[in-house]
Amino acid sequence: MAGFEPSSLPDLLPLYYRRLFPYGPYGRWLSYGGVVKNYFQRREFSFTLRDDIYVRYQSFASPQELEKEMQKMNPYKIDVGAVYSHRPSQHNTVHMGAFQAQEKELVFDIDMTDYDDVRRCCSSAEICPKCWTLMTIAIRVIDRALVEDFGVKHRLWVYSGRRGVHCWVCDDSVRKWSSNLRSATVEYLTLVKGGPDTVKKVNLTDPIHPFISKSLSLVEPYFREYALVGQDILGCRESWEKVVALVPEHILLLFVGTCLCTLGVRTWGGPSFGNCLTYWHASSKKTSHAESEIMLQYCFPRLDINVSRGLNHLLKSPFSVHPKTGRVSVPIDLQKLDHFDPFAVPTISYLCSELDTANEEEDGEKENEMEPMAKRRTRDYKKTSLAPYVRVFEQFVDEMDRSRKGELLKRSDLQRDF
Amino acid sequence: MEFTREKRMKMRLAGDRRGDQYPHSLQFYQQPPAENISLAEFESFAIDRLKLLKVVENLGVSYVKGGEEYKNKLQQELRKLKFQYRALIEDDYDARRKDHISHFILRLAYCQSEDLRRWFIQQEMDLFRYRFNELTDELVQKFLKYINLSYEAVRDWTRRPLMVPSIGFSLLLSQIQVPLQDAMDLFRVRRVYLLDAFTYVPHTDMVAIVLNNFRTKLSKALALTARSLPAVQSDERLQPLLNHLSHSYVGPDYSIQKNTGKISIEHIDALSVKSFPLCMRQLHKALRDNHHLRHGGRMQYGLFLKGIGLTLEQALQFWKSEFIKGKVDADKFDKGYAYSIRHNYGKEGKRTDYTPFSCMKIILSNPPSQGDYHGCPFRHSDPELLKQKLQSFKISPTGITQILELVKGMHYQLACQKYFQLTHDVDDTGFSLNHPNQYFAESQKLLSGGRDVKKEPSEPENSQQKLSSQKSTNSCSIPNSSNIEGDTELEGLDAYFTED
Repeated sequence: MAGFEPSSLPDLLPLYYRRLFPYGPYGRWLSYGGVVKNYFQRREFSFTLRDDIYVRYQSFASPQELEKEMQKMNPYKIDVGAVYSHRPSQHNTVHMGAFQAQEKELVFDIDMTDYDDVRRCCSSAEICPKCWTLMTIAIRVIDRALVEDFGVKHRLWVYSGRRGVHCWVCDDSVRKWSSNLRSATVEYLTLVKGGPDTVKKVNLTDPIHPFISKSLSLVEPYFREYALVGQDILGCRESWEKVVALVPEHILLLFVGTCLCTLGVRTWGGPSFGNCLTYWHASSKKTSHAESEIMLQYCFPRLDINVSRGLNHLLKSPFSVHPKTGRVSVPIDLQKLDHFDPFAVPTISYLCSELDTANEEEDGEKENEMEPMAKRRTRDYKKTSLAPYVRVFEQFVDEMDRSRKGELLKRSDLQRDF
Repeated sequence: MEFTREKRMKMRLAGDRRGDQYPHSLQFYQQPPAENISLAEFESFAIDRLKLLKVVENLGVSYVKGGEEYKNKLQQELRKLKFQYRALIEDDYDARRKDHISHFILRLAYCQSEDLRRWFIQQEMDLFRYRFNELTDELVQKFLKYINLSYEAVRDWTRRPLMVPSIGFSLLLSQIQVPLQDAMDLFRVRRVYLLDAFTYVPHTDMVAIVLNNFRTKLSKALALTARSLPAVQSDERLQPLLNHLSHSYVGPDYSIQKNTGKISIEHIDALSVKSFPLCMRQLHKALRDNHHLRHGGRMQYGLFLKGIGLTLEQALQFWKSEFIKGKVDADKFDKGYAYSIRHNYGKEGKRTDYTPFSCMKIILSNPPSQGDYHGCPFRHSDPELLKQKLQSFKISPTGITQILELVKGMHYQLACQKYFQLTHDVDDTGFSLNHPNQYFAESQKLLSGGRDVKKEPSEPENSQQKLSSQKSTNSCSIPNSSNIEGDTELEGLDAYFTED
């Protein structure tokens, strides 16, 4: 899988966009059943081209037109934005103030850099299997909340290609949410607060909201493996000092008191021993959530509110290629979440070489030349490691189609009843 | 008996359909008023509501919202200004009508910028919350139905899957199932249980739901109003009033002093420490230290001194003696600076007698730059420097913290009031600070044993000159005297801004 060179992108991208990008399900996704007039046509896309040229307000009359443009421009990166009141490509013709973002998926961006203060194995853009667990935990916690608390039915989790994950919530009603409501949602999902100057970032008070208790029960099983073993947070002084900094004083004194008792009176002399006993009695009455707070500070998901809040925010598209790592932004199969390996995600160079090998094998069979382009392409990605990821995506889109048909049936049934 | 009942019924049928227009003591202001009113009523309603909202703001920072003192004082103010003050009073038509109309007028003035909108929405929400909390349970139900916000009360918990009762989120039967969009303020801080896109709101928290709704509707309405504002602003009768409203100072203007000549120059140093507000204390010290002040400082401080009673002769002597110690020689002073001092006293040029600046004017216009000492220190100073300054004045650390909190919340005048309290060792200023000269007058009153100082009578004509050096960074427009001449309507307007 190694051996991706960013300089090879200009050669690889045309092949990727002609033979591998899953235009079929992608177009179906963003059309949302064609129920709303001109929904796809009013969607903003942005392309990042070579030499860092960035073009915004791209919009297309159909998924086919989008496909043609992608194959023509071979963008290094594709972002998806909001559905506007008018076609974004014509926004200059519209009176300013009238051109408004109307709908968009609710999105989340979880970035490993936001956890730098609690991971020792890597920093900034690097990731490794040890810290990837943080993403697994984040997905579990957020997904549970989205489904159970917010009643979400259709969401897609995607690997960003380098150091994080994105979530796309696509329910019809959620796409209409106001900026305020999105903000409120992120606040609800936030427990870790404070910047580099804040030592203790999680503070729990009674009563404990079910969101917190349910999240804790998801975090706990991973904590031991991740923090105590993988990150070895108690392994060296510098590291355990940070943990101790999160423990409230009265608990520490309790701990010291226990130590002193076991060491015996002789070592410490009368008065100090007495003091410790006093602390013990006093503080044993106070409740503390120190243990939970520590677990949450080390493991709880950290969201970027700016990504989720604005309707006009542009986010990297699924199946876009990461220009630095070459990895494709692939959907994550929630059924196999614990086994997801970001380092096993195919790079564009790997996929292209897989294609070459596959085609060499087929060169013998002449039927290939007769087949129409689209059909050939449907089979193309299947010959590569991209296949299972596209399958996840197709299942996601199918489920939305199914649910939409169900809704329409229900509605027409109700009408017929009269 | 029957006769009177009949009479009452007749009244109800005939003229008292008015009762139906305002069936509740509070409302969502969804329908704009559809009647004609006189300009006079237009103006007085608007100003009264503005006063009310300012009181709401003040009380909100000085007392616990919803506490006894808060409620009593707010009720007093509502009565005084003739707005509805109690939920149960039935025949409240006039007050409710005034409430309705004045709200809509203020929308015109306060929709214009993000800051103004935020302020307006905040005070209207606080007022609404107070009124809502005064309703009885029965009236709450009626009102909720009236505004179409009735939700399903949750009766049967057993039917709900995935319920995990936690301590503190006990399953009170009187919970109301509210869709998540309507309960943003509750679920964002995890104050209520959220399940399957519904929140479960205890009866007692319904006010948050209603407020959420109120805020959303008002926010949208203000945005719409802003779009149709150009049409309204082109009406010449309304434009000056609307501009006034968002930047108005409503109080005495200290143009005529009863204590003219009672201040001696030798006392100024001591007075600056004892009775000057911080802005003037700062200006005085800068003048003493540098033997100079720039134009902004000379205007702000010079007019203040006039307001506390310094005569023209004293002013000339005061400024000259200080400037001479600096780089200015006597001749230069007489030729240049003296002229502008006489100008301030109305002895030159247009001969208008200029009025000392109110807090609002100092805070909103002509911010100081490097080398300037004017402005409001609570607004314009860096909080660290402000803290140091207060420490050097021996203000207690708790006091300093309180002041900085108020500054952070942008309550600059309240911060100054707190400064007053701390330097005069009182718990309550007993007045609402709007003007530096008011600070001085109140301070002197306090220090001389509370002798009643009669407030200055207001003059029907007064004007403030727009500073030529002033850049309108805050879209603050005080009408030029040229605007005022020749338009009787507006002259009458100004009278509203001085109170006796």
